[in-house]
Amino acid sequence: MNPADIFIDIFLLLLMAAVAIAIVRSHLMFAVVMLSGIFSLLAAVLYVHLTAVDVAFTEAAVGAGVSTLLFLATLALTHVNVEEKHKPVRVVPLVIVTATGAMLIWGTLDMPHYGDPEAPANKHVAPRYIQESPKETGLPNMVTSVLASYRGYDTLGEVVVIFTAGAGVLVILGRSRRRRRPGVNDEDGDNLEEERA
Amino acid sequence: MFIAAAAAILVTMVMAIIRATKGPTFYDRVVAVNMFGTKSLLLIAVLGFLIERPEFLDIALVYALINFVGVIAVMKFFRYSHLGTPHAGDDLGDL
Repeated sequence: MNPADIFIDIFLLLLMAAVAIAIVRSHLMFAVVMLSGIFSLLAAVLYVHLTAVDVAFTEAAVGAGVSTLLFLATLALTHVNVEEKHKPVRVVPLVIVTATGAMLIWGTLDMPHYGDPEAPANKHVAPRYIQESPKETGLPNMVTSVLASYRGYDTLGEVVVIFTAGAGVLVILGRSRRRRRPGVNDEDGDNLEEERA
Repeated sequence: MFIAAAAAILVTMVMAIIRATKGPTFYDRVVAVNMFGTKSLLLIAVLGFLIERPEFLDIALVYALINFVGVIAVMKFFRYSHLGTPHAGDDLGDL
């Protein structure tokens, strides 16, 4: 990486830290929601800079888009606009959190650098995928061959999780829909919906 | 030149964060977040040329769309306290 890239990374991380401190110190709930949207956008830019474009896209859509709206909806429902006064800083939890963070940073020190071609992650199965995947799976795209063939069970599990989440959402929304319609029994409601469909 | 552009965008980001932190009205904060979204997509576009992957420009365009829809949703929420879809009690609602 050239110096400009490193500078941009460090600057973005510093901005994220500044926004996080502003979130913690702010009393106004709406400001906290807006700042957390900014935090997500900063994270998305960082992910793009690490060329993890799909992760960045998810962060921008979910972190900055949907969850901001969910927070606003919660604020509108609870009518809480101002947080109460901060309690004084408690020393013992602060020390424990700082020590844990320092240990985690210390633990990353012997990890390989970002993009290191000699890193174990790049030496283990990646060369085989690059050399053998067209022959072994018959797929021209390497990513597709990994997702659909080598890690087929993993992908199946992910799809099951997403399907379960979607089914759960449908169940919850369907129930609240019936309850909100007073005076109409269930059979009539169903018939109405069928006619509309 | 791209480095200078990136630096200028980062400075603007700092100013947007200051405005979003200080407020004072919530329109200041909404505009600050909107502007921050614009700055982040500009930064992505400039970064694409800096690290020689100009196809990042397309990603920046998609970010512009998300940013636009997101701000409209926030403003709509403030105007109506919900997203403006018809209520469950309406005849045509309950979508």
